[in-house]
Amino acid sequence: MTLASLNLQPVLPEIVLAAMACLILLVDPFLPKRGPTVSFVLSILTLIALFVITLVQMDDSVRMSFGDMVVNDPMADLMKLVVYVLVAAVFVISRTYLRQRGIDKGEYYMLGLFGVLGMMITISSNHLLLLYLGLELMSLALYAMTAFKRDDGRASEAAMKYFVLGALASGILLYGMSLLYGVTGNLMLTAIAETVAAGEDSMALKAAVVLIVVGAVFKMGIAPFHMWLPDVYEGAPTAVTLYLAAAPKVAALALVMRLLVDGMGPLFYDWQPMLIVVAMLSMAIGNVVAIAQTSFKRMLTYSTIGHVGFILLGVLAGTNEGYAAALFYTIAYAVMTIGGFGIILLLARQGFEAESMDDLKGLNDRSPVMAFVFLLLMFSMAGIPFTFGFWAKLAVLQSIVGVGLWWLATFAVVTAVIGAFYYLRAVKMVYFDKPEDTSPIQADVNVRGVLILSGASMLIFGLYPTGLTALTAGAFGL
Amino acid sequence: MISLSEFLIFGGLLFSISVAGIFLNRKNVLVLLMAIELMLLAVNVNFVAFSHFSGDIDGQAFVFFVLTVAAAEAAIGLAILVTLFRNRRTINVEDLTEMKG
Repeated sequence: MTLASLNLQPVLPEIVLAAMACLILLVDPFLPKRGPTVSFVLSILTLIALFVITLVQMDDSVRMSFGDMVVNDPMADLMKLVVYVLVAAVFVISRTYLRQRGIDKGEYYMLGLFGVLGMMITISSNHLLLLYLGLELMSLALYAMTAFKRDDGRASEAAMKYFVLGALASGILLYGMSLLYGVTGNLMLTAIAETVAAGEDSMALKAAVVLIVVGAVFKMGIAPFHMWLPDVYEGAPTAVTLYLAAAPKVAALALVMRLLVDGMGPLFYDWQPMLIVVAMLSMAIGNVVAIAQTSFKRMLTYSTIGHVGFILLGVLAGTNEGYAAALFYTIAYAVMTIGGFGIILLLARQGFEAESMDDLKGLNDRSPVMAFVFLLLMFSMAGIPFTFGFWAKLAVLQSIVGVGLWWLATFAVVTAVIGAFYYLRAVKMVYFDKPEDTSPIQADVNVRGVLILSGASMLIFGLYPTGLTALTAGAFGL
Repeated sequence: MISLSEFLIFGGLLFSISVAGIFLNRKNVLVLLMAIELMLLAVNVNFVAFSHFSGDIDGQAFVFFVLTVAAAEAAIGLAILVTLFRNRRTINVEDLTEMKG
């Protein structure tokens, strides 16, 4: 095989990112004082460059490289663009928080970029090995980031839990992959789909489907495999929680899409019932348990579990409309989450973490603009009409009603109504309760800017959702 | 001659032991790390067996990557363990309960 036959041009973004991440790794230790600033600026520039490269390369065609192991279809391009934007926003919003806690080091950005590389590989893979390597590259970066605040016992505990359960999930997924390889004799996802479609049917294949679904669902943090998620999100420094909660969910959706839809699409009726059960559990547990939380960070985590259940609804519809709706929901979720956890960064200051629900009280008296941003975010998470989150919920529900799952749509709406209670309770605290802490908000322009952008996008995409709907539909050839 | 099913039973047993090790172990975090390594080795047994009996070399190539990832994973796991021990002075699984809910 010659270099030309590898067709490296479609993987140009990955190559640029790998080179830049290594460069930052090298530059940072030589600049003890200015290192973090240089790393931060280089990281943002890298993400901008990647955005431009992917945008230029993007078209409706499917571009293969590395002997068909890497696939760049419209879905992959769109997901990558979303990941760049999310990670850049997280880097910008986290800067001050990290500096105030003495953990503003180049490693944060470097690990963040390697995480992005892992996500990109997962998103573009057409081969079980590549999928596994991408997933592990992402996960290893995330474990290290969680343990990033080295003198904090809670962060170490969270990282240990995340590591053990994440590795368990990878192991289960990998065992499923080995069975899939044994049954089909192939590692290429498209070839596996062909073999399976040709009528290959055995107990081993069924076992492979179960193990892969469990592994993927574990990685996504869906009930009943969600036990690690609240502890990890609570224990990690908030800047890391933001990173964990936003972009990796896009990669997790890609993992599910590649494995279940591209690889095991012909086995749809084997995996659909399992996804229905976990999605229902996830929506119910996420939305009900969130009500009982006194920590705002934990409440948002349970709301994440509920949202991910909704995302799965789109996947289990099994139609292109459903997949497009799932992608739309994931984008909406990720933007809302950056805003939601961003509020914690806004209220935090040197030596103080604003993690309790009580810290939200009377935000309106302290900063009316931020209170309004908070209101938009919570309304969007609750799915109140003419916000971003409303259209996301609507698209997902439409897709499952379209395949005749009326009862499931009804169940989803009931859990969403239960969920609206705690979002609205948080809004009530912000607007109608007296603040316990009347000191002015110290957050700088970075945090405010990203939050206002996040809040504004709730309104903009809420009033004009058609552009993004068309983009996500286009990603699946609609 | 050992048959494919015997290899698969062996792999399955190793995998079950490692999962049991993760869920039943209440004493030491190090044992969890060992169980995770064992799990990846169980997968390797499966891959090599399938690869050998189907005459397809891809499975054996996969194993090299799994071994590499396992080494990286052990490095990260032990690093986290060290920070955990520094902060808590214990690596007992039952003591990892500061956060609950």
